Amino acid sequence: MATIGTPVRRREDFRFLTGGGTYTDDINRPGQLYAYILRSQHAHARIGGIDTAPAQRSSGVVAVYTGQDMTADGVGGLPCGWQIHSKDGSPMAEPPHPVLAVDRVRYVGDPVAVVIADTLALARDAAELVNVNYAEEPAAIDPVAALQPGAPQVNSEASGNLCYDWQLGDLAAVESAFAKATRIVRLDLANNRLVPNAMEPRAAIGEFNRATGEYTLYTTSQNPHVIRLLMGAFVLHIPEARLRVVAPDVGGGFGSKIYHYPEEAIVTWAAGKVHRPVKWTAERSESFISDAHGRDHVTHVELALDAQGKFLALKVSTVANLGAYLSTFAPAIPTYLYGTLLAGTYTTPAIYCETKAVFTNTVPIDAYRGAGRPEATFVLERIVDLAADEIGMDPAELRRRNFIPKDAYPYQTPVALQYDSGDYAATLELALKAADYQGFESRRREAMGRGKLRGIGIATYIEACGIAPSAVVGSLGARAGLYESAEVRVHPTGSVSVLTGTHSHGQGHETTFSQLVADTFGIPIDNVEIVHGDTDKIPYGMGTYGSRSIAVGGTAIVKAMDKVIAKGRKIAAHLLEAAEADVEFKDGKFTVAGTDRSRTLGEVALTAYVPHNYPIDELEPGLDETAFYDPKNFTFPSGAYIAEVEIDLETGQVAVVNFTASDDFGRIINPLIVAGQVHGGLAQGIGQALLEGCVYDKASGQLLTGSYNDYAMPRADDLPTFALSTNTTLCTHNPLGVKGCGEAGAIGAPAAITNALVDALKPLGVRHLDMPATSEKLWRTIQQHRAPIAAE
Amino acid sequence: MQKTVSLTVNGKPVSATVEGRTLLVQLLREQLGLTGTHVGCDTSQCGACVVHVDGEAVKACTLLAVQADGHSVLTIEGVATGDTLHPMQEAFRNNHALQCGFCTPGMVMSALDLVKNNPNPTEREIREYLEGNLCRCTGYHNIVLAIAEGAAVMRGEPAPNVYGTAAE
Repeated sequence: MATIGTPVRRREDFRFLTGGGTYTDDINRPGQLYAYILRSQHAHARIGGIDTAPAQRSSGVVAVYTGQDMTADGVGGLPCGWQIHSKDGSPMAEPPHPVLAVDRVRYVGDPVAVVIADTLALARDAAELVNVNYAEEPAAIDPVAALQPGAPQVNSEASGNLCYDWQLGDLAAVESAFAKATRIVRLDLANNRLVPNAMEPRAAIGEFNRATGEYTLYTTSQNPHVIRLLMGAFVLHIPEARLRVVAPDVGGGFGSKIYHYPEEAIVTWAAGKVHRPVKWTAERSESFISDAHGRDHVTHVELALDAQGKFLALKVSTVANLGAYLSTFAPAIPTYLYGTLLAGTYTTPAIYCETKAVFTNTVPIDAYRGAGRPEATFVLERIVDLAADEIGMDPAELRRRNFIPKDAYPYQTPVALQYDSGDYAATLELALKAADYQGFESRRREAMGRGKLRGIGIATYIEACGIAPSAVVGSLGARAGLYESAEVRVHPTGSVSVLTGTHSHGQGHETTFSQLVADTFGIPIDNVEIVHGDTDKIPYGMGTYGSRSIAVGGTAIVKAMDKVIAKGRKIAAHLLEAAEADVEFKDGKFTVAGTDRSRTLGEVALTAYVPHNYPIDELEPGLDETAFYDPKNFTFPSGAYIAEVEIDLETGQVAVVNFTASDDFGRIINPLIVAGQVHGGLAQGIGQALLEGCVYDKASGQLLTGSYNDYAMPRADDLPTFALSTNTTLCTHNPLGVKGCGEAGAIGAPAAITNALVDALKPLGVRHLDMPATSEKLWRTIQQHRAPIAAE
Repeated sequence: MQKTVSLTVNGKPVSATVEGRTLLVQLLREQLGLTGTHVGCDTSQCGACVVHVDGEAVKACTLLAVQADGHSVLTIEGVATGDTLHPMQEAFRNNHALQCGFCTPGMVMSALDLVKNNPNPTEREIREYLEGNLCRCTGYHNIVLAIAEGAAVMRGEPAPNVYGTAAE
């Protein structure tokens, strides 16, 4: 009966495999109109005026709206959900973010007007007739250049384009440790800008019911309640009770579908104006210039070591690009989801991190799978590998010398986090063995005989997920709580509906959560239904991101089930004429301890809803409980990844020949689903390391990688078969012992791959490579480093 | 310019009036209500819209609806027999070869095309064949396993069942 820990096949698959999924663009409402959004072609320009009259007269057009129309109607700007303070205590610069640009456009893709027509084709035809009078201005594109004096100003509210200048850690302790160090290793590196590229483009349908005054928004969201709150309270001023947000089947998110986007407000507001449903669906080229991008850091890092290779201190200075406006959670990413992770798996006693966040005339940047943690891991694992090289120590040995020992928990890092459990040395040994690390040098020699430079690279990672204790994040600037909710509704005949505030957009919650409920209640999985994604059905919850669903949402389900069982014991005690204290719940039955007298959960449920023989004076009827769970701490999944690559000496073509991932996710509910999460994260991490790079033209601000012709998505033949294993230590502060697994692969893989590439190129004297290490970049690197050798 | 087209979709004759610029995928999704065929890009690269036209795998975004006039189209909705999944669909389920499900219909249609032309593909052949289908969730690992398993079952061999059996 215990399904937990076994590879239960997914319950959602039948509908997806037969074309029966319901994604937002699959929904069509009666009388529906179509919106086409006109976007800025310029990176930075003043809007002198917009002539919509010819478009208004175009065939099939119902309405054309501009930013002025929305402002005149009292529509507010898009809010930011996190406030960071600078070193000097001042709050971050927070420029307004209009839904449609009003007097200025700030990036290629900034929405300028919306055309609403009977068909999408007619809306698009009419949009060509909208005449926007642009006066182009110089654009700030490169984040480091944008901070220089005299750089074009993106927002007048952010002087010098600086949003904030933040710090974390004890600078004096770090400086003092550096003064005593035997060796200091320094590195400048960049973390490349990425486009999330969930396969389902974003879409939204707004609807207004004149009879009831109620609005409905169907949207591709990871967190429908968050959208309802932000759009209702801050943008459109619609009370929650009259606004329903539905996020049906959603085709991947990876962070990009967390945020409240302009198009959601546009279709909802417009539906209220034209009194017909309004649908918008992004084209992929539109996704590239309107979905929040990820990463984009430029960093200088220094590591101080003693003579034995112990890390004494770490100093990190980062410039983080935010794009043109603050996206919903953008300020938190290069700060509290980044600097706090710089201890990694190591005992480094002193750490200092400073981050300058900068506005540029590019698409807004926010969390993308891993969000801050991949950037921190890349910085740390690159400098550790470089240190190993400089002191001539095996990179595995240098890591072993610095791991937090397994008996040191709870472990307080110098950058605010308290790790609850882990065993990094054992996880690394597991990976080293699986990867045959010892046998590598013979494989390197063998490859050289074939004209291939073979390299091996290790990266360990720690992530803080299970986001997050509300009071803690509140003190760090979050403008929201980060608990999760669940309602467990036992129906009269014993089937169960679970209404969760989390959202599944590929994670398989309908299966994993059903396993939890089935095992706890001792009922078949088929008797459990998981409901998510509709604010009219589910309790207020924060949604899915930050690998939080099982650790926070799963715990909320456990808490609600605990309440059901507690009430059920009272009912069973009454039916069995026993003392409540003598009734225990096991294998789906309430039993009087030491007897065979019992009632099933179904019998107790029926009694609760047909309370003829019932302790009605003491107990309400019904068996339906809600719980909100606010986590006590973050969870700390960790792992050790080993990549093995081969680079063709003549062409620069690279192949990932082996990839070994050993992870500690705490208790695993469904190993099949967990493996899938790791595979997907690894693919995105390897994509970042080898293929994906978002490129803007630095003069014009045009996005040069604006389609799948130009942005290299990982394909099946770019990737290896992955070798996975797990080493489990349980989370100590949630009842399931779970840690979360959604982001791990994307966090650990970029550093493992880059370390392997640098190891492969070490014979040529290569010290570092920035991502993506495309074949072209590798070929050029090989040519540059071979030339001096050839000349000798 | 409007034109009436008649074609066979999943074994049933259908007619529809379309514009000259209407794509096959728009006809399927918007006029015939067959929303299992998805649109993931606008450059004919993602493969979420793969269907079979007269038995050949085609990206339904690269064909005008009028070009399908008189032809036979198979979409993901026509692959299973009632509630019984096709062995390739079953292999996708058994190997967790789908997560968000958005690329899945195109993946299954491509997989069927591969196996039709190459009943016993190697891992490398499967990976190379999937050049035209993007997936952002799975890292392709389980899709490759699924296609190998689907092909094996279609050849009459037992399913390798790499992930073992769950407790019930």
